[in-house]
Amino acid sequence: MIKKEATVLNVTGLHARPASMFVQTAGKFKSKIFVVKDGNSINAKSIMGIMAGGIAQGTTIEIQAEGDDEAEAVDALVQLINDKFGE
Amino acid sequence: MFIKEGINASPGIAIATAHVYEKCVMEVNHGKVDDTQSEIEKFQGAITESRKQIEAIQAKAIRELGEEEAAIFGAHIMVLEDPEFVDGVEAEINENQWGADYAVKLVTDRFYLIFDQMDDPYFSARAADIKDVGNRVLLNILGIVQSDLSQLEEDVIIIADDLTPSDTAQMDKNRVKGFATNVGSRTSHTAIMARSMEIPAVLGLGDITTTVKTGDTIVVDGLNGKVIINPDHGQLENYAQENRKYLAYLKELEELKDLEAITLDGHKVELVGNIGEPNDVAGVLHNGGVGVGLYRTEFLYMNSDTMPGEEKQLAAYRSVLEAFPDGPVIIRTLDIGGDKKLPYLSLDDEMNPFLGLRAIRLCFKEVELFKIQLRAILRASVYGHAYIMFPMISSVTEVRQAKAMVSECMQELDEAGILYDKHIKIGVMIEIPAAAMTADIIAKEVDFFSIGTNDLCQYALAVDRMNQEVSYLYDTFNPGILRLIKLVTKVTAPQTGLFTGMCGEMAGDPAATILLLGLGLDEFSMSAFSIPQIKKIIRSVRYEDAKVIAETAMNLETGEEVLDYMLAEMKKLNIDIK
Repeated sequence: MIKKEATVLNVTGLHARPASMFVQTAGKFKSKIFVVKDGNSINAKSIMGIMAGGIAQGTTIEIQAEGDDEAEAVDALVQLINDKFGE
Repeated sequence: MFIKEGINASPGIAIATAHVYEKCVMEVNHGKVDDTQSEIEKFQGAITESRKQIEAIQAKAIRELGEEEAAIFGAHIMVLEDPEFVDGVEAEINENQWGADYAVKLVTDRFYLIFDQMDDPYFSARAADIKDVGNRVLLNILGIVQSDLSQLEEDVIIIADDLTPSDTAQMDKNRVKGFATNVGSRTSHTAIMARSMEIPAVLGLGDITTTVKTGDTIVVDGLNGKVIINPDHGQLENYAQENRKYLAYLKELEELKDLEAITLDGHKVELVGNIGEPNDVAGVLHNGGVGVGLYRTEFLYMNSDTMPGEEKQLAAYRSVLEAFPDGPVIIRTLDIGGDKKLPYLSLDDEMNPFLGLRAIRLCFKEVELFKIQLRAILRASVYGHAYIMFPMISSVTEVRQAKAMVSECMQELDEAGILYDKHIKIGVMIEIPAAAMTADIIAKEVDFFSIGTNDLCQYALAVDRMNQEVSYLYDTFNPGILRLIKLVTKVTAPQTGLFTGMCGEMAGDPAATILLLGLGLDEFSMSAFSIPQIKKIIRSVRYEDAKVIAETAMNLETGEEVLDYMLAEMKKLNIDIK
């Protein structure tokens, strides 16, 4: 399993559009992917889970992936966050 | 026979059989189960079935309402197949031995609560989606067939508590002749849908679903906000006759469509429409509006998850401008803040949102946001007759400041070699009393005024019209309001080259038309469906008489007296309005 931390920088946090980009990106990988926030883990392929997670600007989350493409998955999601979802 | 009164949310008269559309009460089983595997299969079967149903509704919605309106059903499918939802339900079944029905209810309620409690309209809307999808899955698990409005055998009036987009999207529109519901207002989904289907609707009836049975004969009188249940022979005759009169009236209005809004003695005014998005243009054209008097651009911002960029705005403005090659399109810059929020713009809560950081004040603070919009309007101006209008102006200083930003944007476009209309007309909304009182000063800086009577009334009368305790004081005929209007129209007399329009609801109020005409209003901007009847009134009166009538009205002492007087004058002129 691979884990990496990232801090959400874009203004709206993982709101509507960023949440949906995040979930779509996670959906491209075969690995099981989870977002851990305050000890709770959320399925990264779940739009409801991610939106309900209330991940606002400035929140640090951990991304965990397990599977054949775990390294690529974690890198892609961390990069998306660091790029502020293209905002 | 029984008569009930409600809110007249969509005009017209319909006589047909009642179809009571009830959402079934679902009995969920709370007992523990032993055979969890068969519950899992039941759940998965229900997911498959629900997906088929949603896809069918989606396809119908795309055909009848277009891609944009149908997008909500794509979101429903995402919720349906969401791993947290599916895994959550399966965990409740496997780990807690709940039946599939109770497990779905638990997980749906859990997510519903989380989203519903978020203080954000975007998420509240998602809560409704989750509930809609959860209920569908539950119905499929329980094997309940929801009463279906897509296959109706005869013409019906739909009787319901309220109607959701899921309900109206799958409806057999050829058979549905009217709506009567327990709840709702003129701005609720049911009302908007009824007006776009051009069928009558009476809403807010309280208990219509329990007083009416499927099969009853119903008259929906959307003109007077009445529903008649099992009318007697005489009433049926009366309503059939009323309906013929109403249809004749509509035909008369239809014939006015291509005629000018001109008085009997040759004084011309402009009748234009209020729009929220490019889709609304069709209604304005259909009703004979010659342009747009108020383009509320905030919908462009509110219907988006992110700040709409310059190109996106340009495309929207351009499409509206191109629809009116000869007429004006008055684009109001962003009017947001206070109670209207955007998900991507963080604003503090305010004690008095209507007196706070909104509209032009917010734009001065968020300079980049404002400039993107101004550039988009300027660039669009080459495609037609664009006018820029600033909302919430309280003094000439703000007008100068806003114009300086327009100049800045023009300079940027010049430097980039991008074309725009260098003589674009600039005007302001008159909605703050101080602006009306200084109209003579502001006039030196602008090309036009547009009186926003809704806010002007609230500010001048110190009345929140949403507050039912005081809304009786909200009166556009209050002599104080009429004097403010006159202060503005006086400044824009014909020889000045300036004009005054009105884009508040008063502009579409038939009882006010002759008065406003007599006060010298040059342009009336209103909801598209009001245009024909206002045109009819203008074409039935002499301008010289309207001036005398207005002068008499200005000497009356109360709003009630003014209204009574105006209605009496219309009667004298034989003007019949619905």
